[in-house]
Amino acid sequence: MIIKRLGWLISLLFIVSSAHAVLRVEVTGGSSQATPIAIVPFKVNGPAVPAQPAAVISNDLARSGQFKPLPEQDMLTKPVMGQNINFDNWRLMKVDHMVVGDVSTDASGDYVFNFQLMDVNKGQQVYAQRLRAPANQYRMVVHHISDLIYEQITGEKGAFATRVAYVVNAPAGNGQRLYRLEVSDSDGENPRTIYKSSQPIMSPDWSPDGLRLAYVSFKNRKPEVWVHSVYAGERYAIAGFNGINGAPVWSPDGTHLALTLSRGGNPDVYIMNVKTRKLTQITRHWGIDTEPTFTPSGNALVFTSSASGNPQLYEQPLSRYQPAGKAQRLTFEGKYNTSPVISPDGRSIAFVQGGQGRYQIALFDRKTRTIQTLTDGRLDESPSFAPNGSMILYATKEQRNGVLAAVSVDGRTKQKLSSVDNSSVQEPVWGPYIN
Amino acid sequence: MKMVSRLATVAMLSAVLIGCSSTPEQATEVVEPAETQVQRDPNEGVEILDDCQPPCAFPKSALNDPQSPLAQRLVFFAYDSSDIAPEYEEVITNHARFLQSHPDVSVRLEGHTDERGSREYNLALGEQRAQAVQRLMVLQGAPAQSINVVSFGEEMPLDSASTEAAWQQNRRVEIVYDQN
Repeated sequence: MIIKRLGWLISLLFIVSSAHAVLRVEVTGGSSQATPIAIVPFKVNGPAVPAQPAAVISNDLARSGQFKPLPEQDMLTKPVMGQNINFDNWRLMKVDHMVVGDVSTDASGDYVFNFQLMDVNKGQQVYAQRLRAPANQYRMVVHHISDLIYEQITGEKGAFATRVAYVVNAPAGNGQRLYRLEVSDSDGENPRTIYKSSQPIMSPDWSPDGLRLAYVSFKNRKPEVWVHSVYAGERYAIAGFNGINGAPVWSPDGTHLALTLSRGGNPDVYIMNVKTRKLTQITRHWGIDTEPTFTPSGNALVFTSSASGNPQLYEQPLSRYQPAGKAQRLTFEGKYNTSPVISPDGRSIAFVQGGQGRYQIALFDRKTRTIQTLTDGRLDESPSFAPNGSMILYATKEQRNGVLAAVSVDGRTKQKLSSVDNSSVQEPVWGPYIN
Repeated sequence: MKMVSRLATVAMLSAVLIGCSSTPEQATEVVEPAETQVQRDPNEGVEILDDCQPPCAFPKSALNDPQSPLAQRLVFFAYDSSDIAPEYEEVITNHARFLQSHPDVSVRLEGHTDERGSREYNLALGEQRAQAVQRLMVLQGAPAQSINVVSFGEEMPLDSASTEAAWQQNRRVEIVYDQN
């Protein structure tokens, strides 16, 4: 009996330890105008630190496609402070900017970072900052340093100190599968399982405050919409009507959820007041209406409808979460346009464009109504914007497994985040800025 | 009674094939001529089997019989379509007649799609497929309250490969009996 129990415990431990997918990031492409930069390894004062800040920062900047960090082995010296830099050496290496700094551990166990961003050509300091991180926020604060560097040089806010959510779908023996809803840092590190189930999980969406995820769970052998507090761990079903309960998205102010319900016999888009649970039906079409997404102002919903006979994107004006006027068709090119998401500045819509047996991520300009195809995969899906609008995270497939990928909005830089074990990673959604 | 449903089936199928949007009202109209024909030979083809009094299409034990036509529980679909192909009408008819004979048995129609395109659109498409099978079953006499419809979209493929053959297997409705 004891032996049996021990055996069970050992197999359980094995499952737990193998349950974490570690995402491996691979960057391809890159802009020819990428800024050359050198992130000099930080001097570590005192005990070892969880990760060399320069490595994390270099990876962040490289993934954006807008920077080309100098490899560490090409650095002849490793200065720690601005006044010790021989700029002529670095001009020879053709870097425009460089970052130097150090990290130390203080008496309370917090980490303290000092860094300087230097303009190599001018031989001047551009920016300097001192930052403190509690031990469990180490990587997040390093990502914040990446954000500060990115913003100083590009003029745009960085989005490295953010989190992403995604679903891992892994074989669990006996033909069963285990689905995990995970949240990781934007570089795939620090993955945490928020929820796991033997039944599928779909369509996670972050609340604007970054504290909750709404998603579709098949826990009760049918699609239901659940709301889950990411840090407190509480979860509850918010829509479990007859038929489909799907495609939840938060309104920009977090007070409402748009979702798809088929309780009327066919899938229609509804808006639910999260507090009162009061429902407003937005579409009333006989076919499929689904995948609503709010514009940043909350004054319209863009959604997918089969009203024309095949799926196309439509826009429905709203006033205080009620329909205001008629829905307008947006896409006319091709026979398969789905999964709209609106950029944070409201100017463009990323979506899945299908045709000639391929499904790719494309960008629709709301003003000029033109379409630009961004990816060249065969099964690209589930686009999601970084909160600064610079990158689009999406899902694709390699052999039998789903992998995550990201593309810059100009289509030039691509990165792939593949799982190192035999699991599928799917349904990525980039979280909001963290305050 | 068996003939009623069989003839009604044929009539219904043609209605479905031609109209593609038959409503229950249309169904009632079409049933009438079939009923009069049937009264000429009400016992034709009726077998009396174990737990099953006439009119009875299949005994309950047929559910566990791999040789029974009821063993066929998959209906496959064309890409982005929820139209039922003629070769699956008989499969659906058999299950409808079984359900008609056994009102205490309920069935779940699980709609699935291939992996291509958007997951939420596929969730909706899977429901349309399951509903298409449900409509045909009800038209053929299955009690509406015996049938539950659920969609799993593209989430539970039979074959996870990205090939035409796998996609064909995955675009399906599974007929699942609850008490079996």
